[in-house]
Parts: sequence; C-alpha cells; structure tokens
Amino acid sequence: MRVVNQPVMKKDAMALVTGKPVFMDDLVPEGALLIKVKRSPHAHALIEEIDVSRALKIPGIEAVYTYKDVPNLRFTMAGQTYPEPSPYDRLILDRHLRFVGDAVAIVAGTDEKAVEKAMRLIKVRYQILEPILDFHEAKDNPILIHPEENWEAKCPVGADNHRNLCASDVSGHGDIEKVLSECDEVVEHTYHVKANQQAMMETFRTYAFMDTYGRLNLFSSTQIVFHVRRIIANALGIPKSKVRVSKPRIGGGFGAKQTVVAEIYPAFVTWKTGKPSKIIYTREESQIASSPRHEMEVTVRVGAMKDGRIRGIDLYTLSNTGAYGEHGPTTVGLSGHKSISLYGRLEAHRFAYDVVYTNRMSAGAYRGYGATQGIFAVESAVNELADRLHMDPVALREKNMVKEGEIMPSYYNEKNTSCALDRCMARAKAMMGWNEKFPKREMGNGKVRSVGVAMAMQGSGISGVDVGSASVKLNDEGFYVLRIGAADMGTGCDTILAQMAAECLDCDYQEITVFGADTDASPYDSGSYASSTTFVTGQAVVKACTELKQRIRKKASQLLELPEEDLEFDGKRVWDPASGKEVSLAQIATSSMSGNDLAFEVTESHSSPTSPPPFMVGMVEIEVDKETGKVEILDYVAVVDCGTPVNPNLARVQTEGGIAQGIGMALYENIQYNEKGKLRNNSLMQYKIPTRQDVGRLRVEFESSYEESGPFGAKSIGEIVINTPSPALAHAVHNATGVWIRELPITPEKILKGMMEHGH
Amino acid sequence: MLTIKEYVKVKSLEEAYELNQKRTNHILGGMLMLRLGSRNIQKAIDLSGLGLDSIEEETLEFRIGCMTTLRALETHEGLNAYTGGAVRESLRHIVGVQFRNLATVGGSIFGRFGFSDVLTMFLGLDTYVELYKGGILPLEEFAKKKRDTDILVRLIVKKTPVKAAYQSFRLTRTDFPVLALMASCLDGEWRCAVGARPGRAIVVRDQDGILKESGNQAEIERFAAYVKEKTPTGTNMRASAEYRSHLVQVLAKRAVEQAGG
Amino acid sequence: MEIKLELNGKALKAEIEPDLFLLDFLRSVGMKSVKRGCDTSNCGLCTVFVDDKPVLSCSMLAARADGHKVTTLEGLQAEAEEFGAFVGNQGAEQCGFCNPGFMMNAIAMFRENPDPTDEEILEYLSGNLCRCSGYEGQLRAIKAYLAFRKEEVAE
Repeated sequence: MRVVNQPVMKKDAMALVTGKPVFMDDLVPEGALLIKVKRSPHAHALIEEIDVSRALKIPGIEAVYTYKDVPNLRFTMAGQTYPEPSPYDRLILDRHLRFVGDAVAIVAGTDEKAVEKAMRLIKVRYQILEPILDFHEAKDNPILIHPEENWEAKCPVGADNHRNLCASDVSGHGDIEKVLSECDEVVEHTYHVKANQQAMMETFRTYAFMDTYGRLNLFSSTQIVFHVRRIIANALGIPKSKVRVSKPRIGGGFGAKQTVVAEIYPAFVTWKTGKPSKIIYTREESQIASSPRHEMEVTVRVGAMKDGRIRGIDLYTLSNTGAYGEHGPTTVGLSGHKSISLYGRLEAHRFAYDVVYTNRMSAGAYRGYGATQGIFAVESAVNELADRLHMDPVALREKNMVKEGEIMPSYYNEKNTSCALDRCMARAKAMMGWNEKFPKREMGNGKVRSVGVAMAMQGSGISGVDVGSASVKLNDEGFYVLRIGAADMGTGCDTILAQMAAECLDCDYQEITVFGADTDASPYDSGSYASSTTFVTGQAVVKACTELKQRIRKKASQLLELPEEDLEFDGKRVWDPASGKEVSLAQIATSSMSGNDLAFEVTESHSSPTSPPPFMVGMVEIEVDKETGKVEILDYVAVVDCGTPVNPNLARVQTEGGIAQGIGMALYENIQYNEKGKLRNNSLMQYKIPTRQDVGRLRVEFESSYEESGPFGAKSIGEIVINTPSPALAHAVHNATGVWIRELPITPEKILKGMMEHGH
Repeated sequence: MLTIKEYVKVKSLEEAYELNQKRTNHILGGMLMLRLGSRNIQKAIDLSGLGLDSIEEETLEFRIGCMTTLRALETHEGLNAYTGGAVRESLRHIVGVQFRNLATVGGSIFGRFGFSDVLTMFLGLDTYVELYKGGILPLEEFAKKKRDTDILVRLIVKKTPVKAAYQSFRLTRTDFPVLALMASCLDGEWRCAVGARPGRAIVVRDQDGILKESGNQAEIERFAAYVKEKTPTGTNMRASAEYRSHLVQVLAKRAVEQAGG
Repeated sequence: MEIKLELNGKALKAEIEPDLFLLDFLRSVGMKSVKRGCDTSNCGLCTVFVDDKPVLSCSMLAARADGHKVTTLEGLQAEAEEFGAFVGNQGAEQCGFCNPGFMMNAIAMFRENPDPTDEEILEYLSGNLCRCSGYEGQLRAIKAYLAFRKEEVAE
C-alpha cells in the first residue's frame, strides 16, 4: 500500500498548531444572543412557582423561557439511529427537576453580565422531593424519577418507568450454574466504576441562526450532525426539513458530543426569536450537566479448573443512567458482550443487567461505552483467579483467550474473523520483560516495583445499524473533493479517509479535499461514534472511489475512442498500454465540465452486518511507596490489533491518549457527590485529569491482523485503548501490596488502608 | 462572576490603605483565587506600580515585595541556596509555570489559605511580615490572625542558619497538596510547619528536645511521631483525617532526614 | 477605561471594562488562538506572553496589561510553524484546542531553557493540559525539534 498504512501528517495539523481560527466560537459573527441556563440547586424537586418578570426587565435581556414555554414533546438527547434505544424521557425544560444542575430556565441576552443578573432575578419556589442518590436503591423504589404519562421507550429494552428501570435483560448460553458448580475455583467479586467525566478541552457549544430560507441552522461542536437534526426537530416539534446542522473543527469529543447536550438551547431561542444565538458551556456546566460515563457496578463470577481452563463466566451489571436515559440501554450491553468474549471456548455464560434511573446527572456515551467498566471487572476477576490458582496471569490468558476463527456466543454469535490477540500478548510480554518482573521486586527503600496485565476488545461500528457514506467528486485539473458526514474530532478521520481515497485513486492524499459535516451537503452518516468511522465510513470511501475510477475510464474511453477494458488508470492519466495513447486526468476533468452527461461524482453507503473487534494487551509497571500507598507509573506497554493501522502515527497517538485517559480514571479522577446529590468535582481544579507528569512512559506497538470486511484490512482503534489501564493497574497494585482495589479510582489512601488491614 | 466597577493603580501605599478601608474595595494580588468567587468589587486596588515585585537579598535578610511572583521566588538563586532548594521544591508543583508567573507572594500569604504551600514553606523559615500599619511581626503570628484591612507590604526572611527540606504529598503532581510539610532546624531548634491539614498551616516545634542538631534514626522517628500527635488534621475531598495524620508522620520523617537531621 | 499596550509588536489603544480579563480582550481584538478551557486557572489553554513571560490570560485583568508587551500565537507564526511541524509529524496535535497554549508555553521553555531534560520538559509544561494525546507524542515532537535545532547550530 502506497498511502494507507503511512504516517502522514493530519490535513488540519498546521492550522491547529499555529492557532488558526477553526473552532466554533472562533468563526461565528459577533452580536449573537448569549444564552445561559439556570440550573436546579436540588437533586429532586418540582417547580411550584417561577417568576421571570424581574429578569425580563434587565436591559439587554431578550427572552427568558421556562417549562411553560416549551412543547410537551418528550425526546432523547442520545445521538443514536432512529428509533433510539434510549427512552424519550426529556422535555426542553421540565417542571420536574431530576438532578442538581437540571435545566430550570433559559435566559438569552446581549451580554454576559445582563444574562448573569437576569438568572439571579428569576424567582423559583421549589417543592423539594426526596431524591434517589444511591443506585442500589433505585429499582422498584416508590419514588419515581419518571412518573410522567408521556414517557416512552421506543425499543423493547426492558424499560419500565414505574420501576425506575431504563433497561433490563438476561442473555447467555449453556447452563452457567451447572458449569460453575463443577469448577475447581470460582472467583466472585463486585467492581465499581464511577461516572467519569470526559473533560475534552473544548466545552459544549452551539451557534444558531435563521438562514435565507427560514430554516434553523445549527453550527455545533458535535460528532453527530444528522442525529442532531432529527433530535432538534423532534424536540421543537418542527419538520426535519426546517433544520440544518453543520460542524467546524471539534475540540475533543470522546463520545461526549454524541449527545445533544447544548444544541437544544440556542435552537429553541433562535427558533422563537428569529435571532442568532449561541451557548458556550462553562467548565462547571460541562462537569455537572453533561454526558459522563455510566457508573456501573459489575459482579463477576469466573469458574475454572485447577489446570487453568476457564469454563464459565457469569456477569451482572447494575448501571446508573442518572436522571435521563441517554445511552443507558446500550452502554450496559457492552459491559458483558465486550468483556466475556475475550475468553473463548466457554461452556456457558450468563449476562444480566439492570439500568436504573437516579437523581444524578444523566450519563452519556464515553469512549469504551460500557466495555471499559465490564473489562475492569472481568480482567480483574481473571487476575484474581490466576492468584488463587497460583498461575501466571499471562499463562492463564494464553490458555483461554479467544482465537481467530472461533464463534463468540457472548458476542452476538459472531465469528472472530481477525484476531492477533495471541501475538499482542507475546509482544507485550517481551516488551515489558514480564518474566523477569512478575510479580514484584522489592527496591529496598520502602519502594516496591510490580507489574500488571489486562486484555481488551471493542467493536468496529454497530453491526447492522451504522451507516457510513462518502461522496467523491472529480474537479478541475483533477483534484478530488470527498464529502463525509462523519466527524473528525481530532482523531484524524478526515485524513485517514483521504488516505483511503488516495490509495484507491492513485494520488497523493493532499489532492483529496475533505469536507464534513453538514446535513445539507454531506451524504448520510450515523456519525463518528461506536468506533465506526474507519471501518464503516472507510468502506464507503473505497466503494465510492472504485466507482468513480470506473467513470473516469469510461470518459477516457469516449475521449480516446478506445474500448474501456483496454485502458488503465494510474492516477495521473488513463492510457492504453498497447498503443501508448493517453488522456490526462486534468483533461478528463475539464471535459467533464463541457458537453458532458456523465456525473463525476459518486456517493456510496456502507453498513456492516458484523462488528469485528479490535484487540489489545496492556501491561504496566509501577512503583508503590509502601509508606504512603502512592503509585508511580514507570512504564506502560500496549500492543494493539486494530487490523491495518491506516495511519500508524494517528493510531499510536489514539492509543497513547486512550491510555492516559484510562490512567486518569484508574488513579485520579474521583467523582464525589455530597449528601444532597451535588457533584463536588465541578471544575478541573477539583476533577484531576492527569498532567504530563502523571502518566509515566507509554510505549505502543501494533500486531495487526487483517480484517477482510474492513477497508484495507482495518478495524477500529478509538475506544478500545481506554480499557486496559484500570484492570492492569489494579493488578499491579495487588502484586505490589497484596491488596485488591475493586472500586476506582485506586487512591493511595485505599491502598494504604488495605495494606494496614492485611497487616503489611 | 467577579465584577469590578473601577480599577485603581495606586501611586502610594497610603492611597492603597485608604481605599482598602472600604469593604467593597479590594486589593489585587495575582487574582488567581479572587477570580474564582462572585464578588462585586467597587474599586480594585492594584499595587503593581509600587515597585514591590522584587526580592532584595541583603547580608542578614531577604526582603520579598508582596507583588513578587511565585515563579520569581522559585527561581531565586539566593533563596534556594539559603534553603537548600526547599523554596523551589515548595513551589514547583503549583499548577504550572504560567500560573506561578501571575500568583504573588502577598496574595498567597495574605489569603492564609489552608492549602498554601507558600505559607507552609515560609513558616518553616525565620519569616516576618511587614504590614503597612501593623509594622513587622512574625509570620506565625500573622498566620493566626483574621483578615483585616491592613496591607501586607513585604515578607522578611532572616538569614538565620537553617537546615530545611520541603515535602508535599499530592494525588496528581500539580494538584493542591493532600499534605504539605516543611521541616527545618533554625538556630539548633527543629520545627515542622504543616499545611493542607487541610486547615491553615501550623508550626510544631521540638519543644521536648527530641532531636538534636542531627539526630539518629530513632530520634527522627520519635520526632515524626511527635509532630503527628501535635498536628490536628481533618477530612476533605482529597483525604481523610486519619490518612493525613499518617502522612504527617511519614513526611516529617522524610523531611528531617532530607534536611540532614 | 483606556489601556495602551503593545500587541504582537503593534501599538494598540483600547477602551475596556475594568473587569475584562485579558483572554476576552485578546479574543475581542481578533486573537482567536487564545482559548478558554476551564474557569479555574488549571488548563493552560489561554497562555500568552506578557513582557515575554508566559501567563494565564484568563486570570489577568486586561487593565493590568496597560503599558506592557503582550504576545499571542498570532505574533509567533514563524516559530509556531517551525516547531508545529514537528508536532504534526507525530500526529500529536489531535483536536488542536489546547495547541495554542501548549505552543506558547513550549516556545517560552525553548527560550528559557534551550536544552531541557525530559524531566524539565514535563515539569515546565505540566500546566498545559491535553485530553487527547496522552502527551507522549508531544514529548517526541519536542525532542525531535530540539535535536533538529542542535543540528542546525552545529552546521
């Protein structure tokens, strides 16, 4: 391959590093109404009375809206394919407030000071209700989070608003109880992952204006332009034809912007007032009222024989979707499907779950999407099993890991069509020097060094659902424009899709201009999430380019008056090897603009019936200060099978970034609520994402399988990379101290307390 | 949201003092803490035109103007030579270089914040504050006082012979400390200043004479246990009181060892 | 109130509110490279130079820039392009939102300490948060750039 699998520079790199104005708030005109949302101070309350008259009198205030002003149409903010599995449980503004930070009123004005003042002058009398803050108490609690009549689950996900259930299900194969009863060892533990925040550097933001044709235009930092169009139209009760959504560069996403967190407010204000408006979330709002990871408690039972043969896994997940159900029914599925399936040849498995409503911030779609939580549990349990069996955890995995060609009963019965997990493990082991370092080495100064290991998998798009599309067009002098509906959020998808197009069209990737995403101009794409863009949209690019090449040859055949099948295209010209006659691409492009009836523009869509998993192994070496419990990361080794890495540099940085986020959730990012249900980590001062001094050394390599159903053998990379740090670090901490930490984050205090309890 | 009606860059300390007698007026330090609140300030008083932003090293003392940035302190050769690098160690973990280029010594000390590394470190030295009206008083005394409307003009650090070391424990490298501790031996007497308890830093002196100028390991351990016993701790988001007390002992031991106890 | 300053080498006079922060002032005069990532002085996205020292423009009043020299990435385009190419060659720019602040502080570091160790690099830049890259690619870029500069000097 000439362009694919090359570490080329991202197309937007130089604009980004030189600070060009390419983000939403850099580009919008001055003079838009500024919007702020007044938020509930209570975890659970009803608005008894709300008086906005004084707020409206402030000079510069354009409008103040309350629940009385919005349509009584329930919708979901989850950016998912219609009909969304997430229940329709939201109003733009609701009288019933369900978490500290829930929207009470929308204020729009000409300047920030006026808006701030107006917010303070809105008088609200609340009827305070008893909240459900502990998610263990939610199911079948007489307090109902969503008692409303028009609550609706559009898909059969086991939801029941009268039981505070957002989803519930049981699946499996074989007789799990029988298999576990026959095992020599059964490890059973419960693992808790909190609702980590995504903390992308650019907070949520959207600009809205009415265009020439009376249509509502949204210019938003979003991963999902088409879903935003549908959701906004549903929420406002207006035709989809009245809404257009486009996106500029996005300052980080990670799934946060797969939920319509902020778009609805300017959409509503502009639709009502006809005036341009914008909302820029503060960091506090991004922390307290957005789309974090689902808090999950995962109980695992793993059964094995003395020789290390794992025979069955039983898993129950309790997931906390918070006040609303965005991504609640779907994230939970991954906690089992993408953890249990790491182990092949199980005789039985069972996977059950409940997803409950509580009076906490609604969760959303954060990188890993439930797999992260499930893998922390299953990989930790397998490490605990190895300890009980006195086996090397690497050897235990080598014996049991899923292999290429196997059917995966816990993964929708899909066949594992491409898998280099075994090679990933072998390589990671060599890179780490596992055999020399496992389990620990006393350093003689109160410090101990140890290692830990975990495997991970994810999917590549949502099988049978996600649609990727690409339009490719030939232009003057032979350059191409590739239009997509996928969203580059820093990941580099514009570039890797251009690389694929350039590979197909035999040109340099810089000759491919990439445009995206705009609901009026882009071909339909579900959007960039679920690790889908490389695998699904990539294949659409290949299809479109293949067809465009056909047309180029067809036109050349007309121009050269030679049969099409004799002609060859080499990217610059179409020629006949026999006669040496040729016509340049530039000539073909020019002729396409005069007296031509063959469109030099091709649109193709792609959807995959399967979701081939990428795989990886993560190994970490740490040093623990035994006097304080402090963990220092010395070395993190990751070996990834993402199929063909389309751009090895970008795949590497994706991996490093995912690991750093994973280290953050494993060691530092500590979600804490007060007794009244207020999130205390409401800033980057109190929610500590890692600095560059907190992640240690990261080393990444690739062991690639070749996925036949993916473009150029590629699978996915974006999400899997966050999944190994939590279990690998928990494992290393155990190897250093004898303490198993089963609730994240793994703080020095927890470690020290554990050591003292163990009498170390 | 912080609002300011008027910005006054004062020409003299007297002008600043007079303005500062009004409750709605406020003196600006580096503003890093002030900006977090939602105070409505009538007149913001800026001292940056008064030449109080430098460190003067004299034979017997350092004179540190209140507008000196933490970065200037951190990189000051004389102070670091005098304290064996303890000054730098106490400051380099505070957020980032860009933050420390704004944050001022006066702001840190006057605020008497519980989490303050700066206050903790200076309490371990022979430090005095010079107030515009209140005159010169020991930092330890100042630290116990309530906020008032006087002006902190400068810090004075006497060059009393010292052995010192600074230790802090943080969850991430640039977070607020879970515990901060400066151990020092001043004129032959050991003390530990302990900050981020999480309350305001206090000084624990070796009044029982557990440690000599240089103690043996057992004495150091006894002294560390003593400091732990004498230091009240509390619980906040970052750690429990119990864990903090444990850290007091560990950090006291390490700091004394490092200082050459 | 009126302020006079030197912005990216040009004299500028402006009428401002006393509580306007330098970040908002700079964006209002077109310096869109300056970004806000937090409201608590933690992220480093808003880093600019005042009198050639890197500071957080989110936390400094525009009033205090009166009479001073202010530099944003718009004023350092040549340096940004030269070093930035090394970042781009690693793919370490990622979403790019933290890039301007990072570039500013990296340039400050190169000026202050032309030959830093890895430890010194990590410490100097630890006030620049990045949620995408995991920092490792940025470190590779810095080291490659420093090596390139050494070669240039040698030649």
